[in-house]
Amino acid sequence: MAQRIRKTILGKKLGMSQMFDESGNMIPVTLIEAGPCTVLQVKGIAKDGYEALQVGFDASHKDPNKPKAGLFDKVGCETKRMIREIPPQEGHELEEGQDFNLSLFDGVEKVDVQGISKGKGFAGTVKRWNHHIGPQGHGSKSKRTIGSTGQSQDPGRVIKGKKMAGQMGSAKVKVRNLKVVNCDVEQNLLIVCGAVPGSPGSYLMVEESL
Amino acid sequence: MTNKISEFEKDKVKEEALAEFHVGDTIDVHVRIVEGEKQRVQIFNGTVIGRKKRGSRSAFTVRRIVAGEGVERTFPLHSPWIEKIEVKRLGRVRRAKLYYLRDRIGKATKVREKVALRRKG
Repeated sequence: MAQRIRKTILGKKLGMSQMFDESGNMIPVTLIEAGPCTVLQVKGIAKDGYEALQVGFDASHKDPNKPKAGLFDKVGCETKRMIREIPPQEGHELEEGQDFNLSLFDGVEKVDVQGISKGKGFAGTVKRWNHHIGPQGHGSKSKRTIGSTGQSQDPGRVIKGKKMAGQMGSAKVKVRNLKVVNCDVEQNLLIVCGAVPGSPGSYLMVEESL
Repeated sequence: MTNKISEFEKDKVKEEALAEFHVGDTIDVHVRIVEGEKQRVQIFNGTVIGRKKRGSRSAFTVRRIVAGEGVERTFPLHSPWIEKIEVKRLGRVRRAKLYYLRDRIGKATKVREKVALRRKG
């Protein structure tokens, strides 16, 4: 069975706001600047072994390094800050150097948004895994500690996947099934209900939900 | 980026201000509520104990005493549910947020009334 190919576009998180829906309920919304994207390279089975589109988003003022400069020169577009591969877009035959925008998402009701979550640094288990805290007084020595990590001689080791302290955030996160509130092609503005990963200004990949 | 957000919020503001009211005023808030199929307007009367001024995200908190129990409701100023605001009594206060009223009961919860200022000359 052929996999359904999802509409995909690159974007940038602008920030959050709120608005009232038809029945007057207040809903939290995120504003995403989505597109326009430029196709930099079309990858095909014959040459690359798989099908994909390499697309760029968001103009940059910096001089690109030589490999990247070659990429931009070939299609004759300005330097892009974000470059990603997306699946070939069904029904929209895109060629190298061609621009596409949010009109791709016309009629799409729900989207998945992928981004890099805000970094929380090296976090303890209470923050990272929502563990309970220990007693705070009476000479307690286990206020926010991890506690026991397992049994004794049998099994004599810590079980893999044990929830411990470590880096939290700054990871690739995808939020699924966000309702599209508005899709403004002219302003390249996509408004979704709910929150998306990352801080304002961070790059996102927006896909049509399955 | 913030420009795009303020632009988005610009038209979310009610065109005509409901009423000019300040912290300390006693107001009637006419709120539209939906009961099943029917709609009706309910009036919530009380003292304004705080206002949050954030453009389309503005809100205000009204406090009243119901059967000896303090009740506070925070309304989004630009909510379509709010039909009307009537100012019943002007209050004279020296704070932006009247949270101290929460610790008071009985007569002490009254806010001094504002009398018209003396005109110059």
